[in-house]
Amino acid sequence: MQDLLFYVFAAVALIAGFLAVANPFSRNPLASALFLAVALVAVSGLFVLLHAFFLGAVQILIYAGAVMVLFLFVIMLLDLREEQKRRARKVAAGLASALALALAALISAAALAGGGPADPPALEGGARALGRALFTDFLLPFEIVAVLLVAAMVGVVWLSRKEAA
Amino acid sequence: MITAHHYLAVAAMLFGIGLAGALTRRNSILVLMSIELMLNAANLNLVAFGRQAGWEQGSQAALWVMCAIAIAAAESGVGLALILAIYRHRRSAHLDESPPLKG
Repeated sequence: MQDLLFYVFAAVALIAGFLAVANPFSRNPLASALFLAVALVAVSGLFVLLHAFFLGAVQILIYAGAVMVLFLFVIMLLDLREEQKRRARKVAAGLASALALALAALISAAALAGGGPADPPALEGGARALGRALFTDFLLPFEIVAVLLVAAMVGVVWLSRKEAA
Repeated sequence: MITAHHYLAVAAMLFGIGLAGALTRRNSILVLMSIELMLNAANLNLVAFGRQAGWEQGSQAALWVMCAIAIAAAESGVGLALILAIYRHRRSAHLDESPPLKG
């Protein structure tokens, strides 16, 4: 059952990710954003299969929720209709895709070549253990991320003012 | 039997898709979305390794993934604000017409 779910989530993530970056049916950025949301939800399913339950919830809340809403908002704010008419340069695009896919094939072949241990120990992925570690051992990275978020927020507010000084 | 190697392979393919998108698409919002896809592949790698390492190191990996998610959220927010500011000046989000940077 878990093996089947792994293949389902992996296939959904890969197909939706491909449709997000290179949709053969439409060049509308909105369609890409929605496919990206589907891929992110599938990756969150993979997190749950890896017993990282809290991370699965965080992934859906922050990525598929907040970040994707931000993307959709900006896509709708900009008028990108004329962008859709442009055609990609065929040679460069083909070369770049071939390079990236060769890299992916190399890494996945290397990953699949070594057989893993048959029975990996369970990962404690609940909110209780994570919360305790977050405020004891991981206090410094937590505070650094907090400062980073404040800095990013101030920067975004300054950047998106009506007229830049 | 699904091992961590299967997850690593999926993450590698996801990263390849994101890399191809970041290299080929010329719409800056789509490039940002491809970068998000690559970050997700890295997170999937981290969680797979964390599960392989057992629960003590595993929760450390989960914490680093949470840091990575927060940083990715900040990055996409700043990136979208930059795209918005550039679009106001040049009426385009196309990367080949990026503003002439000096210095």
